[in-house]
Formats: sequence, structure tokens, C-alpha cells
Amino acid sequence: MPEPLLSIRDLVVEFSTEDGIVQAVDGISYDLYPGETLGIVGESGSGKSVSTMSLLGLIPQPPGKVVRGEAFYKGKDILKVSKKELRHIRGNEIALIFQDPMTSLNPVLKIGAQIGEAIKTHHPDEKDDRIKERGIQLLRIVGVPNPDRRYEQYPHEFSGGMRQRAMIAMSIANSPSVLIADEPTTALDVTIQAQILQVLKKAQDETHAATILITHDLGLIAELADRVIVMYAGKIVELGDVHTIFESPRHPYTVGLMDSLPKLNVEEDWLRPIPGQPPSLISRPPGCPFHPRCFLSQGRVRCREEEPPLRPIAGTAHLTACHFAEELEGHTGPLVESVGAGV
Amino acid sequence: MLTYIIRRVLYSIPVLVATSFLIFTFVSISGDPLGRLRANPNISQQRFHAIEHSKNLDRPIVVRYGYWVHDAVTNQFGTTLFGQRKIWPDLQRVMGHTLQFVLTAIILSVLIGVAIGVYSALRQYSPFDYATTTISFVGFATPVFWLALMLQVVVVNIFLKWHVRVFYTSGLSSPFPGHGLHWLMDRVQHLALPVIALCILGVAGYSRYMRASMLEVLNSDYVRTARAKGLIERRVVMKHAFRNALIPLITLVALDFGAIFAGAVVTETIFTLDGMGFYFINALQASDPYPVMAWLMVVATMVIAFNLIADILYGVFDPRIRYD
Amino acid sequence: MTDQPRVHDPKVPSSLALGPEIDHEPAGGAHTISRALPGDSSELLYEYGLEIEARSQWGYARKRFFRHRLALASVIVLAGIFGCGILANYIAPYSYKEIPYISIAGTSVIDTSQILAKPSRHHLFGTDSAGRDTFSRTLYGIRTSARVGIFVGLLSTLIGTIIGGLAGFYGGWIDNLLMRMTDLFLTLPLLAVLLTAAKFLNSSTPTTLAVLIACLIWTGIARIVRGVFLSLREKEYVEAARAAGAGDFRIMLRHMVPNSIGPIVVAATLTIGTAISLEATLSFLGFGIRPPTPALGALLDEGQEAGLDKWWLVTYPGLLIVAIILCINFIGDGLRDALDPTQRRVRA
Repeated sequence: MPEPLLSIRDLVVEFSTEDGIVQAVDGISYDLYPGETLGIVGESGSGKSVSTMSLLGLIPQPPGKVVRGEAFYKGKDILKVSKKELRHIRGNEIALIFQDPMTSLNPVLKIGAQIGEAIKTHHPDEKDDRIKERGIQLLRIVGVPNPDRRYEQYPHEFSGGMRQRAMIAMSIANSPSVLIADEPTTALDVTIQAQILQVLKKAQDETHAATILITHDLGLIAELADRVIVMYAGKIVELGDVHTIFESPRHPYTVGLMDSLPKLNVEEDWLRPIPGQPPSLISRPPGCPFHPRCFLSQGRVRCREEEPPLRPIAGTAHLTACHFAEELEGHTGPLVESVGAGV
Repeated sequence: MLTYIIRRVLYSIPVLVATSFLIFTFVSISGDPLGRLRANPNISQQRFHAIEHSKNLDRPIVVRYGYWVHDAVTNQFGTTLFGQRKIWPDLQRVMGHTLQFVLTAIILSVLIGVAIGVYSALRQYSPFDYATTTISFVGFATPVFWLALMLQVVVVNIFLKWHVRVFYTSGLSSPFPGHGLHWLMDRVQHLALPVIALCILGVAGYSRYMRASMLEVLNSDYVRTARAKGLIERRVVMKHAFRNALIPLITLVALDFGAIFAGAVVTETIFTLDGMGFYFINALQASDPYPVMAWLMVVATMVIAFNLIADILYGVFDPRIRYD
Repeated sequence: MTDQPRVHDPKVPSSLALGPEIDHEPAGGAHTISRALPGDSSELLYEYGLEIEARSQWGYARKRFFRHRLALASVIVLAGIFGCGILANYIAPYSYKEIPYISIAGTSVIDTSQILAKPSRHHLFGTDSAGRDTFSRTLYGIRTSARVGIFVGLLSTLIGTIIGGLAGFYGGWIDNLLMRMTDLFLTLPLLAVLLTAAKFLNSSTPTTLAVLIACLIWTGIARIVRGVFLSLREKEYVEAARAAGAGDFRIMLRHMVPNSIGPIVVAATLTIGTAISLEATLSFLGFGIRPPTPALGALLDEGQEAGLDKWWLVTYPGLLIVAIILCINFIGDGLRDALDPTQRRVRA
């Protein structure tokens, strides 16, 4: 294994709310290796966005707060560097693509100005016409037609898909080594989603950046990710490479996620949702956070009382946080059609 | 842009006509301007009818409206009910005085309000934020007239105790205001208190609004994007947040224009300033509908003009607005 | 009227139109004031998709209001002030018109030592130029203010809810008429219109003045109710009720009024403050309640005439006006947090 580019250890992020303190991210650790695409899946509220936004100090503080943890990027703990150093990393070394292109671009500034600004900030000595040249080139890379003209337009003159392209152009402007894409296609039409997916791939090829892809869309993960982290209630419940996870999930939550996908090859009248609601992060159930909804738990005392640690399965790189993961052996994901899943 | 302005001005004409009709009907049905005359036994029936006829008050209301509009357009609002004093020269004079201190008050309250609002948004929950929040709450709850009174009380009591004249509490200028810098100083000393009285409400309102607007923008996605690019915080605030937060304030200030004129009515009365408000109150007390209607018409025109200016400014600041 | 081209011009975005989101009332209303406590971040969390334990709507409302300590304190203070006003007959140490006489050599003459006396143990707020006790007069004035304010609050809410509700529910000409009237009041300063009407109507009792004020300021509430009704009209449960054959009247009464009660209560509360401020201003300028009926504004007018070195005559009655309006605004804000949480985001 090569050296990880980004190493996160025991990250805890809390939000203070009127009802008490909420642990949005509860002690997660993972590594990101150069060139790979790491997918983070989970329902809304699982802490998947907060876990990455907090690295760059982009959660609103207060009420948000990084309570504990380390995040080593190129040997430096970016949770503890000065504001100035963090600014040099933001948009330069680690760049972000946000979910909603309609609101993520400043409505009163031209697209060109917003892209140019991203370059100028990290290359203050660059001449303006060179910046503009580079900006237009970036727009061309992400497939914006007439980039010369588009460079001088305002966001409201762009369609949603075009705005997301501009957003991607902006994020790769400084050839970052890490690209974080937070639900990059969620806000878009299905037809546009596929195009943006291609643009994302192209952006990765262009920059060779390691990518963290945050999504609730397993299809997107299957398409782009090399490795997958499954998050539930602020914790990592399963981690492994994409084939292992899809073929032999070893956490009942992951199994539930897979089962809830519509399948093309099987006649089904109903989708199979995971029963119950995600837990309140304030009154988190004791023991395994998933046990009230779990088909394996079935009232077992251990699930109720003992919180399962994230542990490797049979010495592999496949990690799971389930006491009874072994019982899922032989259970196959949607890639190999599941027969008689224990619901 | 130009066609837009022309179109808006043309739009304003029917609005003004409708407003004028409403003003006329409203003032006319509000009461009988000759009531006191009618009740006066010393005035003969003949004399009364002569007065009534000279002002066309014996005609139906629609006809009277026609006469009034005719008078307003061709004869600059005509004359007062009694004494045949021309209205327009008086209005023109007081308008100059009022605009002097109303515009000063608007500009000052916008500048101060925006500065306070932005700073409290950036330092949310700081002592400064709490202090300005408290002050603006009190400012909101304080009737302008009482604030003006209290300013007078303070200045008067300072004068009585230490014999220092900081500001004047009445009038527009001293009998012999001098020239040049002396004149200006004298004017400032006279207008300071009315301007402060008018400003407090504006500052309270604009600072609150600006704070809320700024906070909303600071929590917006595009400000997060700006931060994610690695911009320094000052640039995030000034270039990305401030301009977006300022846009809605433009409409607010334009809409407040009428309310500030209402504030001027009160302030001018208290400080006996020879301005529009003072004129309005005097006309009301004389039960003379003609200057009252002329006044309302002038103010309505100014409010409409201000709204037009606000719309144009809005377009200058917000590229999403198209004029064609 | 001014805004007619604006609202109907499709090229100008609706943000320019006067919706309830621009809710600025400099005449004493505190619509733009808002409060955000530290840790008040439930919406933010929601944005981040974090779940928070569900709670019943009324539970939330109660909790929000009680957490708003200022609002709670304001309820107590306001109840105290209004209570003293209402019980003025029993509490006030002197009567409203009582002039101090002393007996010298068998004839009673005005006690000149009591005229324009500074605040003391005997006269908490001092005395006026006729030797009358300002504290007692202030208490009676509060009673008038409370009466006017509450009456205006009720009446304008009633008118505003009915007209705004019909406008929002049916749209059409009634909606057009309402919006044009609202626009007109934006072109003409409210106070000037009120002064004109008050002068020519020549009324001076609290009731007529209250009716007059209510007739002019109901448009604010009507606009709010119209907005709520407009959005409720499209809601599924209203569609469902309609599909189930419920009549218009029933839908409005059973489904729309209860769901817009929050904004209505908030607006009604703030209207009381506005009305008290307007009444005081009118009375001060001599166009409102006139002596001998006690009114705070009239007290201040007399105080000014007595000379500004007699600071107590203008300070105390005015402070009470400020205190009353301040309390009402705080209560309104607390109620908004409690009943109308959707409004908080805009005002963060």
C-alpha cells in the first residue's frame, strides 16, 4: 500500500442545538490514497457531509465544532494548522464541488470572475489575461460550449447542468490533489446527472486527484468509486473496496441499502425499504445504533448493550461494525442477486 | 435601461392620477372645510355662498375634482381657502428645508445602520452585537415625538446648568446666522437634533435588517464556495457577502421614504422648523383642504419617484434583473 | 399604486414585489427585529440533514415561548403596567383632575407650593402646572392607551383577517382591491392620512380614535393573512377537504384559519404597539384624545408647554409609552418564535 494522502483519525464533530448537543460525526477514521476514488454513502443525517466539510473548517462555527480528532494531509494535521495555512490548502490542495449548483455560485458575480478568483487567490502574481485564458480553458475542459462568451456571463444565464460544470471547472482550477464532491449530481435532472458524471471523470483524469465522493446514490458509487465507506448515525459501519461491498456486504445496514434499490432483473411489486427511521442523534439508542431497525438483531441483548467496534473481517481490509457480521456470510448484494435475504 | 425608465415614468402617470383622485375624495369626505364658517352667525348667508361658490364647493365632488386638477396643473395648486395665499411658493420653500434634513437623515441612517448591521453580523453574539440589538429594540419602541422631546430636554437642561449651547432646540437658523462657515455651523446646530431624532428609527431598522440579511448571506452556499476557494475572510465578506446582503436594503429604504416624511411632520412640529411637516400641521389646524391635498400630492409624487430610483438602483446592483 | 407596474412586470423578479418578507414598519412595529439565541441552530442542522427528536407542535410552541425569557418577562411587566392602568381608580394616590387646595384664613386656595413640584415621596412623578399629580395622571393615561391599543388590535385583526382571508382564498377583484389599497398606503404616509382624517372627523373619544386607527392599519394584517391563505390554498389537506365536498366557508374556518393563527396572533400583538404609538403621537399633536380625557400623548404635550426644564413632566409618561411598546414587541417576537417558526429563517 502507498502512503495515504489524507489520514483521518477519530474525528468527532458536534453541533449544539436547542435540544442539546448532537454528535454529527462520532469518532471516524479512514485513509485516502493517491489517485483513488473513495465513496461515502449514507442516509441524510448520517454525518457524511459534515465529516468532510469539517476538515476544511467549512461547517458553521458555532454551532458546529470539531471536538476531537486528527486529519493528516501531507504530514500536517489540517485540523490544527493556522487559518492562513488552511486557506492555502482550501481550493488549492483540497478542492470542493458542492451539491446545489443553483445556490453555490454567487449570483452577482460573473462566472469568469468566480473562476478567475479561485486562480488569483493562489497565484497572486499571475497576470489577468493569463488567468482569463486559463479560466476559458477550464470551461472548455468541463464541456461548456462557447467558453469565451460564457466566461463573461452571470450564473443565472447558465442552466443547472452548466452551472455544475462551471463549479467543477472552478474546483480543478489549481489542480488539487484531493477533490471532495458532495452529492455532485443530486440536485440535477437524471439526464444531466450522467453528463456530470462524465465531466467528473474527466476532471479526475485531468488532475489525477484523489476523490472523496459523498452521495446517497449507490449507483454513483458503483460507477465511480474504488472503495466505499458506509456511514450510519455519525459512525462508519462498513468499509471496503467497491466489489467486496457490493458482492458481499457484511453489515445489515448495507444489506438494507442494497435491498432497497430497485432491481431490473427481478419482478418485484414493491421496493424494500429499511424499516424504521434513522435514530435521533440526541437520544441515540444504546449499543449498536442500528439495532432497532436491524433484521439480525432480533432483540439480542448484545446489540442493545454493547456498541460494536469497527473490525476487520477475517483479516482482510474489509471492515464492519456488526457483532454478528459473520451471519451474513453467503449473503450477496445486488450484483449477484440475493436469494432469500433474511428480512 | 433608458426605455425601462421611460416606461416606468409613463406607468407612474396613471398611478399619480389615481392617487390624486383618492387624495381628493379622501380629504373631501373627511369633513366640511366651511364647517366653522357655516356655524358662524356673523357671516351672512350671502357672503357664505359667495365664498362657497368662489371655491366651487357647491358643485358635486367629481366636478370639484376636475376644478382642483385643473388648478393644480395650470395654476400650481392654486391658493388657500381663505386669504388667497398661493400654495406653491410656500410648498417650494418648505420642501427645500425639509429635504435638507430628511436627506441628511436618510443618508446618515443608512450609513450608520449598514455599518452596525454588518459588524454585528460578523461578530454575532459579541457584546457589541448584544448592545446594538438592545439599543435598536428600544429605538423601535420609542415614538419619534418623545425622542425629539427628550433630546430637547437634555439640551435645554445642559444649557440651564452650564450655559453651553450645544444645539438649538427650535427654528431653522438664528436671526443673524452669518455667512459661509458660520452660516453652515449655525444650520448644523439647528438641524442636528431633528436629524438625530429622525435617524434613530432608521438606524435601528436598517441595522437589524442588515444584520439579518448579512447573516443569511454568510450562511449561504455561495459564501461557503468562496471560503472553499481559499479566499481571505475579508474578501469573502466584502466581495461575496456584502453586495448580496445590501440589495434587499435598497427596496426597504425606498419604501421607508414615506414613513420618514411622516416622521418629519412630528419632528418639524416639535422643533418648529419651517418645513413640510410644519406646513402640513398648520394647514390642518386651519382646516384648509387645499394645502393639505397639495402636500399629500407632492409627497406621493416624491415617494413614487423614490421607488423608481430604488428599482433602477436594484438593477445596477443585481445582474439578475433585466430591463428590456 | 406605486408598485403596480412592479408586481405585474414579469421581467422584474418577484423579490421586488411587496411580499410579507419585506415587513418593515418603522411606525413602532418591530417586524424586522428578530432574535436568535446562541445555539439556535435547528434549521442549520436540518440543512445538514441531522435528525432531531420530533416533538408536538404545541410542545414546541410552548417551549420556544418560555425559552424566550424576555417575552416572558415582558408579559409580566406589561400585565403590571396595564393592570395599574385599569385599576387606576383604586391605585392612583390622587384623582385625575385633583388640584391641591389649602385652606388659608377659612378660604380654600390653590396650594402654590404644589405647582410644578419635582418628583418626591408625595408625588412620584412630580406635579404639573396646575399642581396635579403626574403619577396619577399617567396611570389614567395608561388606561386610555391600553383601551385604544387592545381595541385597535381586535378590530383591525378582525377586519384584516376577513378581507385578507377572502382576498387570499378567492383572489380576483377583492384581492386586487386589497392590494391596491395596500399600495396606496405605501404612497401616502400613514401618519399624514391619519392626521387628516382625525382632524376633519373632529373626534376625540378613545373609541372613535381607535376605530379610525383600526380602519387605517388593518391592511398590514390583511396582507399577512392573504399571503398565508394563498399558500394554504394549494396545500394537500385543503384539496382533500375540497374533494370531500367541504364548502368554502368550512374550509376557511376549519382548515385555513387554524393554520394561519400563528402569523395572525403575532401581527395582532404588534399592531397593539403600533396603535399605542400612533395614538400617543396624535394626542401629542392635538389631533387625538383631548383633555379632559386622560392620554399619555396629551400629558406630554402639556409637559412640553410647561417648559422643558420641568423634565419630569415629559420623561415619565414617555418612558411608560416606551416600556409598553417594548414589552409588546418582545411578546410579539416571542410569539413569532413560538407559533410561526417558518418566519425565523428569513429573519435569522
